[in-house]
Amino acid sequence: MSNPELRQRPRLAVIKFASCDGCQLSILNLEDDLLALGQALDIAYFPEASSAMNAGPYDIALVEGSITTAEDAHRILNVRQQAKVLITIGACATAGGIQALRNWGDIEAFKQAVYPRPDYIQSLSTSTPISEHVHVDFELWGCPIEKGQLLRVITDLVGGVQLHLPADSVCLECKRRGNVCVMVAKGMPCLGPVTRIGCGAICPAMGRDCYGCFGPSEGARKGPGLPPNTASLARHFHEGLQLIPVEVLRRFRGINGAVDPFRNESTVWENKG
Amino acid sequence: MAMAREIGVLPRASLQRLLDALSAKGYRIVGPTVRDGAVVWETVRSVSDLPVGWRDHQEPGRYRLEQTGSHEVFGVVHGPQSLKQFVFAPREPLLQIERSKDGFSAHPTLPQPEKVAVIGARACDLAGLATQDQIFLNGAYRDPYYAARREGLFLVAVNCTRALSTCFCASMETGPRAKHGFDLVLTEVDNQLLIEAGSTAGHEILANLPFTRASKEQIAEANTRVDACAQSQVRRLDHSRLPQALYEVHEHPRWDEVASRCLACANCTMVCPTCFCHTVEETPDLSHQHTAHTRLWDSCFTQEHGYIHGKNIRPTIKDRYRMWLTHKLASWIDQFGASGCVGCGRCITWCPVGIDLTEELPALLRPSEQPSATSGQQEATGG
Repeated sequence: MSNPELRQRPRLAVIKFASCDGCQLSILNLEDDLLALGQALDIAYFPEASSAMNAGPYDIALVEGSITTAEDAHRILNVRQQAKVLITIGACATAGGIQALRNWGDIEAFKQAVYPRPDYIQSLSTSTPISEHVHVDFELWGCPIEKGQLLRVITDLVGGVQLHLPADSVCLECKRRGNVCVMVAKGMPCLGPVTRIGCGAICPAMGRDCYGCFGPSEGARKGPGLPPNTASLARHFHEGLQLIPVEVLRRFRGINGAVDPFRNESTVWENKG
Repeated sequence: MAMAREIGVLPRASLQRLLDALSAKGYRIVGPTVRDGAVVWETVRSVSDLPVGWRDHQEPGRYRLEQTGSHEVFGVVHGPQSLKQFVFAPREPLLQIERSKDGFSAHPTLPQPEKVAVIGARACDLAGLATQDQIFLNGAYRDPYYAARREGLFLVAVNCTRALSTCFCASMETGPRAKHGFDLVLTEVDNQLLIEAGSTAGHEILANLPFTRASKEQIAEANTRVDACAQSQVRRLDHSRLPQALYEVHEHPRWDEVASRCLACANCTMVCPTCFCHTVEETPDLSHQHTAHTRLWDSCFTQEHGYIHGKNIRPTIKDRYRMWLTHKLASWIDQFGASGCVGCGRCITWCPVGIDLTEELPALLRPSEQPSATSGQQEATGG
């Protein structure tokens, strides 16, 4: 079984923009499956793993990181031209990442505060997801991505199966795992009810509240459905759990703060603060 | 009555003897244990693993445990988990499918038979299990995975002598007294445990325990406490006009109001002892020669649950909450001959924002002055 759109042994490129490399490491963390992956795919370009860097075109480009410089804004156009299928991996590429907090700040002031020679720094005033620059075929969420989801997407792609991952709330996975709800039992402001499933509910399993690293559940870009009910959850954080408006704002303005449903909710609470 | 019910008394200090008797019969014993601020089912070996001295306090969207310092073993009424997970597993491998030259072959992956004794099930849990049995065992399609798990289950029920603020089993006529569906049932009265068998297997265990026959006074005291528990319930659900009354309020504005609070997070359905929706997931390997076919707990609150070819029939949260409540309280009656609600109150407690169906139902059945906003005005794009 194979995908008629791709080569028999598809050529893979893993390309980095503004990011921490954690999602690329998730590929290397596939361990036993990495060998199978290396057989199924021709890993043509993956500087994180190999110094043999072969030029395009590629069948599949996995893109990590957001666009934060003029040079990268140009480079992504070339990547798109070189790739039949372009998949973003992780919150930076899919949503702009934590560095998209700069979108609400003053980039010049940051440069002055951090660098001895701010004039050396050439940076855009925004961090934007790949989809704001080129057409994206599929998006993998998470900070970092979940390696099983990555393997699943590649498996489906190689087999010619339509790509699909669930967009339910983290709560489903929490209950399937037998986690005790940290919000109900401990009063923690968990974003699980409005966050996309896929991580395996690891934070609540460790007694932590979800901070939304997989982005909004249904209704985000590239997915069907309506936006999650962030307004009700935010109201509960404030009225039920006694968070002050700026704390509610910060819950939503995190790793995926630049994505619509979360961005809109944080703006509501900014105006209340 | 065909034969006199024999009710025994076991000193609470002898409860370990019951656990030992179950172990001797080859059962893995599962009981309530304190973990992460609630009680959850875990394997227990000794009475000290049970939540001795703990009590739970539940209200909409809130669960807290308190240590009272008493010797009470069954002071915690319940946690988020009903008996559902023991029979309808959250993640059940169904088939391993192998590709062959001329097609494929499928191999069922039935669970290994295991004898599990659950100690501390409540009347509402038993009622929930009876509903699950009706769905997975007694209907036209007997589920072999469920049946394999159900077969090995031994149930030690506990009659409730304390009601939570969220309990309404009395109005649903499912509790607080466990009437059937158990192998043994306990009633904790001070330092004594009244014990009664409900099955042959239960009688066999009971025969090996050092119990004395309960006196009339002891039985009367136990009955008084269980009755008082029923009387003390502050919530109730008046289902006398169901199912019809709920069908008639399909366009009530209260659906919009509750949808503004509902997160569609699915917690109510996950903790519900009767909810049985599931999805099936395929996990192929990279070579596409093998795939695992797995059943997962699903919910009518997910976007995909309402997806049929080319269209989502329940795109909005309002559609989904209405679907859930109408099924649970009304169309379940048409479908299965009884309500889908057992009155355990878990959906009230474990709803992150505390939506309470005992408030929603009366609000929906109250005549409204404003017409509802047109339903279904927002269309999902589909898959």
